[in-house]
Amino acid sequence: MSDDHESVYDGLLGGDDTQWAFGTSFEDPLAGVDTTVPEGVDAGALAAYCLMLGDDALVHSHRLSQWASNAPDLEEDIALANVALDLLGQARLLLARAAAADPGLVPALPEGSPVPSEDALAFFRDEAAFRNVRLAEQENGDFAATVVRLLLLSTHRLALLQRLAASTDQVLAAIAAKGVKELTYHRDHAARWFLTLAQGTEESRRRLLAGLALVWPLRAELARTHPVERLVAEQGVGVDPATVTDEVDVLLEQVFSVSGVERPGLPATGTVAGGAGREGRHSEAMGRLLAEMQVVARAHPTGLW
Amino acid sequence: MSAPTATGSDVRALAASVTDPSTGSGQARVRALASSVTDPEMPMLTLEDLGVLRDVAVEDDGRVVVTITPTYSGCPAMATMRDDLVHALHDAGHARVEVRVSLHPAWSSDWITERGRQALRDHGLSVPGPAPRHDGPVPLTLLPVRRDLTCPRCGSDAVALTSEFGATACKAMYRCTACAEPFEHVKEI
Repeated sequence: MSDDHESVYDGLLGGDDTQWAFGTSFEDPLAGVDTTVPEGVDAGALAAYCLMLGDDALVHSHRLSQWASNAPDLEEDIALANVALDLLGQARLLLARAAAADPGLVPALPEGSPVPSEDALAFFRDEAAFRNVRLAEQENGDFAATVVRLLLLSTHRLALLQRLAASTDQVLAAIAAKGVKELTYHRDHAARWFLTLAQGTEESRRRLLAGLALVWPLRAELARTHPVERLVAEQGVGVDPATVTDEVDVLLEQVFSVSGVERPGLPATGTVAGGAGREGRHSEAMGRLLAEMQVVARAHPTGLW
Repeated sequence: MSAPTATGSDVRALAASVTDPSTGSGQARVRALASSVTDPEMPMLTLEDLGVLRDVAVEDDGRVVVTITPTYSGCPAMATMRDDLVHALHDAGHARVEVRVSLHPAWSSDWITERGRQALRDHGLSVPGPAPRHDGPVPLTLLPVRRDLTCPRCGSDAVALTSEFGATACKAMYRCTACAEPFEHVKEI
């Protein structure tokens, strides 16, 4: 306790933190990891690329976490929370990797702020600085739409991460190799639900087809190569997303065919002034998502958690 | 949170060690201390048995450097593991402790030691089989994950998957249709 007894909370900080299960300091997910950028690799491009991969995971994770206590049953609450947690872990590593490669990306915080760079990137960037695809940020809507989105995002991400495990950036390669194990059961979980809903009742099939029609047009953005992605692919640290579309299509075709669902022929969602999520041009849902995700951190920029 | 407990081998290592942390036996003592720290979610397992503890070294300047590998990318127990390691070593008189992360190779359930597997069985958990390995595109599995398990309580193989996801990222939920007891299975990854 402080001598003047101004606040009952004064005594809670300081000391050796043993009263807290998680301490009162931030932990660095890359503590002790060599984050030197490989020779011949553009550090700025590598960082921008890690933001793209990290923001896809962070924003999709946030959407999935909104299903906690709202999913069709308790098991599904836990399943989606588990998937969200894996993606959050991948996002933390990728944002920390981005910050280590290019510290200039990290928003400035008040002097003395203990907020680590991964949190500064997650909670103190404005909408236009986020590089996730718009598919990741959409409102959850019906459970069937969430299932379709999880299938599309995880099938694409799994194919990407498999190739990224051979990245010349050892940090990105390690994050990707770990992620492959996790994305495998994310994708299979979504595919099982796709089949279950498609072959369930008339109502579940109707909802699945409605979800597919809603989500499908945003899929094209995943395969749209951004100049940063082209550059990192040329330098051997990244993967051009257009190169995984054939593999993704084969897998999706398997799911569609066993489910008795036609691959949609819907046109792709348009760009905004020639840009999309990777350029920081997002849909209306993104602002509301960030408001909810960032409000507490932004209210306490010098806070310890 | 349970305090780290010393096993018989730790006690023997302690007895054989001297207090100078820069000598070889000091290294063994520090290693034994770090190895006795338990997992916060599955306290029947030490971090060594779980395969998370990758290296323990006493540097020339007396710093203790412990290296751990995360089980799952988002495992929230990692922060607690880190704090527990620091506390255990601080309490033993090591003022400067650094916990480093090693991301490569990725953790696998294959790294759980035989002693760890026995501890899991003794506490009613089902132990993981060999982790899957893939070359090329990972094939789609549309049927529920098939595992040849026996109930850790009654030994029956009449078990049914309740949920592929459980209270922690590393476990699936099962029930035994013979003895009607639910149990957790540590997943293959």
